[in-house]
Amino acid sequence: MQLTLWTYEGPPHVGAMRIAASMRGVHYVLHAPQGDTYADLLFTMIERRGQRPPVTYTTFQARDLGGDTAELVKRTVREAAERFHPDALLVGESCTAELIQDQPGALAQGMGLSMPVVTLELPAYSKKENWGAAETLYQLVRNLLKPQVPDQTQHDPKAWMAVGRRPRVNLIGPSLLGFRCRDDVLEIQRLLTVHGIDVGVVAPLGAKVSDIQRIPQADLNVCLYPEIAESSCSWLERSFGMPFTRTVPIGVGATHSFLVELHTLLGMDPPTEEEGYRCSRLPWYSESVDSTYLTGKRVFIFGDGSHALAAARICSEELGFKVVGLGTYSREMARSVRAAAKELGLEALISDDYLEVEAAMADTAPELVLGTQMERHSAKRLGIPCAVISTPMHVQDVPARNSPQMGWEGANVIFDAWVHPLMMGLEEHLIGMFRHDFEFVDGHQSHLGHRGGTDQAAEDHNPSPVVMSSEEQGPVWTADGEAELKKIPFFVRGKVRRNTETYARQEGRLEISSETLYDAKAHYKA
Amino acid sequence: MGANLRKESGPREVFCGLTSIVWLHRRMPDAFFLVVGSRTCAHLIQSAAGVMIFAEPRFGTAILNERDLAGLADAHDELDRVARELLARRPEIRTLFLVGSCPSEVIKLDLARAAERLNEELQGRVRVVNYSGSGIETTFTEGEDGALSALVPFLPSTEKRQLLLAGTLADAVEDRLVHLFARLGIETVCTLPPRQSTELPGVGPGTTVLLTQPFLSNTARLLKERGAKVLSSPFPLGAEGSRRWMETACRDFNLPGDRVASVLDPLEKRARMALEPHRAELAGKRIVLLPESQLEIPLARFLQRECGMELVEVGTPYLNREQMAPELELLPEGTDVTEGQHVEQQLDRVRDQQPDLVVCGMGLANPLEAEGITTKWSIELVFSPIHGIDQAGDLAELFSRPLRRRQLIHPALHPQTSNPSIHA
Repeated sequence: MQLTLWTYEGPPHVGAMRIAASMRGVHYVLHAPQGDTYADLLFTMIERRGQRPPVTYTTFQARDLGGDTAELVKRTVREAAERFHPDALLVGESCTAELIQDQPGALAQGMGLSMPVVTLELPAYSKKENWGAAETLYQLVRNLLKPQVPDQTQHDPKAWMAVGRRPRVNLIGPSLLGFRCRDDVLEIQRLLTVHGIDVGVVAPLGAKVSDIQRIPQADLNVCLYPEIAESSCSWLERSFGMPFTRTVPIGVGATHSFLVELHTLLGMDPPTEEEGYRCSRLPWYSESVDSTYLTGKRVFIFGDGSHALAAARICSEELGFKVVGLGTYSREMARSVRAAAKELGLEALISDDYLEVEAAMADTAPELVLGTQMERHSAKRLGIPCAVISTPMHVQDVPARNSPQMGWEGANVIFDAWVHPLMMGLEEHLIGMFRHDFEFVDGHQSHLGHRGGTDQAAEDHNPSPVVMSSEEQGPVWTADGEAELKKIPFFVRGKVRRNTETYARQEGRLEISSETLYDAKAHYKA
Repeated sequence: MGANLRKESGPREVFCGLTSIVWLHRRMPDAFFLVVGSRTCAHLIQSAAGVMIFAEPRFGTAILNERDLAGLADAHDELDRVARELLARRPEIRTLFLVGSCPSEVIKLDLARAAERLNEELQGRVRVVNYSGSGIETTFTEGEDGALSALVPFLPSTEKRQLLLAGTLADAVEDRLVHLFARLGIETVCTLPPRQSTELPGVGPGTTVLLTQPFLSNTARLLKERGAKVLSSPFPLGAEGSRRWMETACRDFNLPGDRVASVLDPLEKRARMALEPHRAELAGKRIVLLPESQLEIPLARFLQRECGMELVEVGTPYLNREQMAPELELLPEGTDVTEGQHVEQQLDRVRDQQPDLVVCGMGLANPLEAEGITTKWSIELVFSPIHGIDQAGDLAELFSRPLRRRQLIHPALHPQTSNPSIHA
């Protein structure tokens, strides 16, 4: 028994729902009590879907338990098949149904339905959402492709050359309620098109049963989201000999590595590293002087395995941050996250207890947190800026605009999303310069709120000498003085004006010429 | 009784009773709700609560795992350990609700025994009570009925003549109602649940109970068993319902009718004024209320009688005919009231009827909007202060706003056609 307040992942049958809802023509009959329909709102509210997820719940109640729940399962399966005419039916159970052991999959298999029926066994008391999604995709792929499995694999990913067509790859793993999957697919499709590579099947997002059945027609599989797709890609490799790419193309370096891996597997000449510099703005933005300020910023990273790993690489290699904490809630990815942490001289935090994550965050005192929505709340409490990099999904993580994480545009999005919560270099510089100026009290705050320096400025602010009515009794600027003043950059001009006037008044001068200005400058520098 | 009552069964699109923890924990800040259940339970409450804004919420889940189910660990020992761990971390907690779930009910984990054992161990420092919020036994608001029922045995006995308001209200609404009852001449008004779990109201033969919510059948029964008199009345939604509700109490306290009228007349007049702009929007519009909170029948009565809406179908997850009789009497002859649900068949009827507004849960709202049907999500009705005569206008606004919004943006967003596109 484990005390849980907030969770990073739902139960495994929610993972199965993600696969079913991502696809077209797939329906899921879920043996589940009244109330488990809450999961529908993840799709209709968080993802703003205009369709209900294709799930029919048996909705058993206490009074059904004494009777024949197996009959209820069969009735529900029959009704769902008749109403929705799916091309494939998934049948499974949620945590409570698992206890009553009706074996809904076996019941459905015995009903002589016309469409393929895939039984899902998702142990609710030991596994979680991402595992459930991966297992569902795997069972679906395996069941639908079993008839096509050859006795001996003789797949050649370079065969496209002999056939006289462009190379063709499948994108495996994008799903609903996955972080920016919708936009990543578009970005990767664009990237591959530029390199003359066709996309065969995208699955599960938008795929039909017939699409799954033509997966083997591609030269290889791109495993975009290992949490969801790795088991399916491995099976396709074992059964059909189709290789798959291991690199997740998030960040400039990883996108390049991905392209090299992909080209090599396909027998093509890999692109040069210069492509990333040309196609993404992240490299130049990171090199530009404004970003000097980012050097060594302490960053704490926590998320699902893939996104946490990608963030660690981007932060340390591309943005010049210092990674001071790295962790994941994906136990399936613990090994690679531990390895990445070790390379950074850290010990990885593998945990699904958000309070433990918050404690670790507070402990490392980072200047930036890259995490999930939970870390966003923790960071807010600790007064640390935060950008969200990973599921669990929040309505904010499904923006209206195109906002990928992968590929060259994904790197641009990441630069903006991760750097903007920090103050920009020039802004930081100016705030430091002007923090004692009276304009600061007019609510001039950076988006960091109290960290923008207002409190300090308010304390230092002494209103009386600031009422600088140069028109009335104060010293008068000569034309020559005004001209000199105009040469000073606008963002410091006001300060110089006031300092000079104060100096002139102290010195009892009636006029301010260019000479007075330089006198004042020397006075204040001295 | 004029309504046309029918029952329906099949797949349901409703929350389970655990969901009521989302408002109960806010009502009693010194109480903690510990669900004994699965990852699904934890995920449900988290998803229904919507945002994770609390450092440490006053609810959580003791998640059963394989070891508990396989008998490798004694579930009772484990529960004791989790409860101790929790109370050590949250020393301010005075009442611990152990909340049963579908899995804990199915494996027959005896939470009453667990509560007894923990009470003995804690020796009065923390009171431990238990109830079930499982989906196999309860729907949504019935969870509150369970929680309040669990408290009834602990209410001290009293002979005092008093009015007891049963059912969670927003604090501001409750203050207002207590104030109004004082003006009407009822000085002693107490509430269940109280604002602090340790300040339980007394109950006994002098106690008259007025239910603020229509979903407290079991709580009402238990209060009756403790000697209280439970009044039957329309519920305090809208100007008319709220007035009748207060009048019912006044009659029981034998307050002079002219005094009651002199307090209530101006309030009702003001409420009608507040309703007027919304009535203009809502009158003649056709509405379907899908089953979720058991508030559907009182709301339908309000929307029909005070806002002039036409009731196409009124769903309710569960119908307590006796308790709901005063409401049903006020519905127009032949109103279709459906108890239970077959969600697919009900949606077929919605599509056939093409109502102007559908009140439904969050799983159905956007899909219906995408089909061009305006909706109001029902969960807002259990989170918003809607009770009482002074809230009648605000209550009507919850229904008129979606219609007004559609009128505002539809012409510009769909300039070519009157049919909205499907956002899928």
